[in-house]
Parts: sequence; structure tokens; C-alpha cells
Amino acid sequence: MNQAHAILVDDWHAVAELDFLRSRGAFATALLDVGLEVSCGGPDDFRVLRRDTGAPLATRVEYGHLFTTLGEPARDLVHFPECHEEDRIRVTGGSIGVNVSGLRAVENFLDMGHFPFVHTGYLGIEPHTEVEPYEVAVTEQDEILATACRFFQPVASPSAEGGMMVDYVYKVCRPYTACLYKSNPVEPERWDVIVLFVQPVGEERCIAHSWLAYLPHDLDEEATRWYMQLIFAQDKPILENEFPKRLPLDRRAEVPVRADAASLAYRRWLGAHGVTYGAIPAA
Amino acid sequence: MITLYDYELSGNCYKVRLLLNILGLEWKTRRIDFHPGREHKSDWFLRLNPLGQVPVLEDDDLGLRDAQAILTYLAARYDRSGRWYPAGDARTLGEIAMWLAFAEGITATASAARLAENFLYDLDVDAARAGAHRLFRVLDEHLWFAEQEGRDWLCAPGHPTIADVACFPYVVLSEEGGVSRMPYPAIRRWTDRFKRIPGFTLMSGVFPAGAAV
Repeated sequence: MNQAHAILVDDWHAVAELDFLRSRGAFATALLDVGLEVSCGGPDDFRVLRRDTGAPLATRVEYGHLFTTLGEPARDLVHFPECHEEDRIRVTGGSIGVNVSGLRAVENFLDMGHFPFVHTGYLGIEPHTEVEPYEVAVTEQDEILATACRFFQPVASPSAEGGMMVDYVYKVCRPYTACLYKSNPVEPERWDVIVLFVQPVGEERCIAHSWLAYLPHDLDEEATRWYMQLIFAQDKPILENEFPKRLPLDRRAEVPVRADAASLAYRRWLGAHGVTYGAIPAA
Repeated sequence: MITLYDYELSGNCYKVRLLLNILGLEWKTRRIDFHPGREHKSDWFLRLNPLGQVPVLEDDDLGLRDAQAILTYLAARYDRSGRWYPAGDARTLGEIAMWLAFAEGITATASAARLAENFLYDLDVDAARAGAHRLFRVLDEHLWFAEQEGRDWLCAPGHPTIADVACFPYVVLSEEGGVSRMPYPAIRRWTDRFKRIPGFTLMSGVFPAGAAV
């Protein structure tokens, strides 16, 4: 088993969607193979205990989720300014368990190539299968940024009618946190935003938590959440059939094409930061 | 107009969407925020269905809960071919009732395992999986012997019935609950045949049949 590196231990991770936690009262989960008891004593009273030592852990509430840490966070939660814009529909997507490394889930989130085949009729459709060249860079904030991404989508958003070319920007902020910005058909100068907080339960099991900040045109919270779950549930069986279930970081392990530039950058970046948990490190 | 209280990722709702599509019916959807909103346990929904379960179907002044009951109603009322629920054919109706009850067992096992794995339900997932495998062995054997006798479907007629519709969804979604169908070749052939029924429709997590060979 690969040890969780300090970059993961000393960071915040989402461990519960708040509505889910409020309705359950308490439940058991795990973070980086450490068993946790998450509980709710009142509408805004949330606790996380380690099951092995009984020690209470620090918590933070943001983006519709409860976050905790196993160590001493060196950094604050990632700040997503769009998620604080009050005219947006802001809603959690609903946490879904996936039996694969959380790194695979993040990598899939960055991939446009699978749209026509996995999200047929929604995020892509044959013969519009080409991923045009796009730019990938590591920013001064040490985030991976993929820009100038474009793809033809039949139903690009919960309110879309008719196919359109959609612009995307992807950002990987932390090993298990990524977000995407997607052009909005009504307000082209603003973006719809989807943040993915992946909870690494174990090396080959994760829970995908998401936070959606959509522009409100012809949308409500229910439709926004419905669309997210429809799309994510299409990815789930593909992810669970990945082999190996952990993400190989050796560049010779899988054969990439140009459309995989974001994925390659992610794997390199994980390797450079010494992340081995949920990965198969390069030899 | 038919109204279906529907959750996209529910196999029991998928059963109803399948038959509505197969019969070529039009309907209106009222989406229920099952996860994480638990709208099916809300006061207004409990007045509609005190069991707090989706799907619910309304047609004129009739309100029905339970996927199997809804399939029975839709086929008896709207299927002009008389094949999906052959009224008057006592033997087939008996077989259909038997497999509708079996579908309930699949929900209690294979679907329960999926609820635990996908939606983080706190239940005994190993017991659910073991129960699903017991039922899948029965189903696989039944389908294998049917094939030996030249039959492709769960019940005696040479065409599918609502029994097949009721059993299909949580069988085809079983791997999401960690229940592999590798040991059940007759089940795998049956799900492939099912996917070729005219009017067949997908849900997230279900993939189309491969090209026929």
C-alpha cells in the first residue's frame, strides 16, 4: 500500500455533503484509509472523529460540504470566486461512491475524448469526435490549467436546446480537487462552473462530491442536480472498469494521444509532487 | 396525460420508462430529488405514496405506486398487441406474477448493494450481494433451460412480457453494486436480447447492445 503523502494528509478533503449528513445524523466513512465517524448535532453543528483514536478532527464548512483534515493544513481550502456570486444557482451535485482510485476520477473529469462515446447525445455525438488542440500549463499558483478547449455538444447544459460548440477551461487545484468552466449560451462572457472534490476513501475507492455554480437562465436547483447525476452516472461504470484501478504515473504505462495532454500534465504533476496514494508510481 | 414521478438513477423508475417507451406512450415527468434531497421522504410526496418510494404514476384520477403494479396497469390498459400482459392466458399470467415477485427480490438484494456502493446507504452490503447471487443463479438456470427449449424470454410465450421488463434493470445495473454477471452466461445473453427490443431506451449506467453478429 502506498502511504498518503504530506501533500494529502496536510490538506482539506470533503467528507460529507451537508444535506445528506443532516438527513442521516451520523455515518461512517473513511479518508486515506483512516476510518471516520461524521455526525451532525444540529443544523450547523458538525463533527468528525477518527475511529482508531477517537480524536476529533478540525472541520470546515464550505461549498455545501463538510471538509476535514488528518494533519495540519498548510493551505486553506481552494477559493472559487464564482461559487460566491449570489445570482448563480449554487447546489451540490450529490455524492456518489466509485470503486476506482480518485485520481482516475479526476483524470476522467479532464478528458473530452470520451464525450461522444460515454455521454452520447449529451456532451458529444458521432461523428463530432475530434478533440481540437488545446493549451496546458502549470500556473504560478502551481495549478494545472487547460485552456482553449472546444467541443461540439448536443445538450451542453441542463437548459441547452440544440447542439453548440462549447468552450471549456479546466483547472486542477489539488491532487483530488479540480474544476471546469464551461461557456454559457446566454452570457458568453461568464462561465458555468463545476467543482469536483474527490474524497480518497482508499487507494481504489473514492466518493465524488461536486459543487455546481450555474448561471440561472431557465434553470433551477433540481434540474442542475439532475443533469450532473445523469452525466456522472454515465462515467461511473467506465471508471469502475478501468484497469488497473490505480492511476499509472509511468509515461510508458499507457499510450497517449494529443487529446490526452491535460491527463499527461496531471500525471507528471502528481509525480513531481510525490503523490503515490491511489497511483502506480513510475519505476 | 400520464405523469411519472421519476428519479433518473432509479432502476424501478427505469422499468416504467422502458415500458412507456416500448408501448410508444407519451408522458409527463415530475423529477424527484432522491439523492441527496430525499424528496421521496418529504411530506408532500408521502401524501402521494406513504411508503416514500419512487416511482409513482398518475393517469387520469388513478394514482399507482410500485413499479410492478404500474407495469401491469400500463400493459393491461395500453398494449394493443396484448402481448406484454396477456389477459385471459391464465398460465402466462401466473408465470408473470411469479417473476414480478422475483423482481422484488432483485430489488431487495442487487439494488440494495447498489444503494450502498453508489449512494452510501448504511446496510449489510455483503448480505445483499450474496442474496443477489442466489437469485441470479436461479435466473441464469431458468434462462438456460428456456434456451434449450427454444425460448428467449422469462415466460412461456415466444415474446417478452412485463416480467422481463421488471427483472431487467437491477440485473443490468448489478455491477454498480459489486455483483458481477461473469458467472451467468444465460443472463448475459438475455440482457443483450432485451436491449434489442424495439423501443428499448437507456439510462445512465446502461449501455446499448453491441452490433449483432
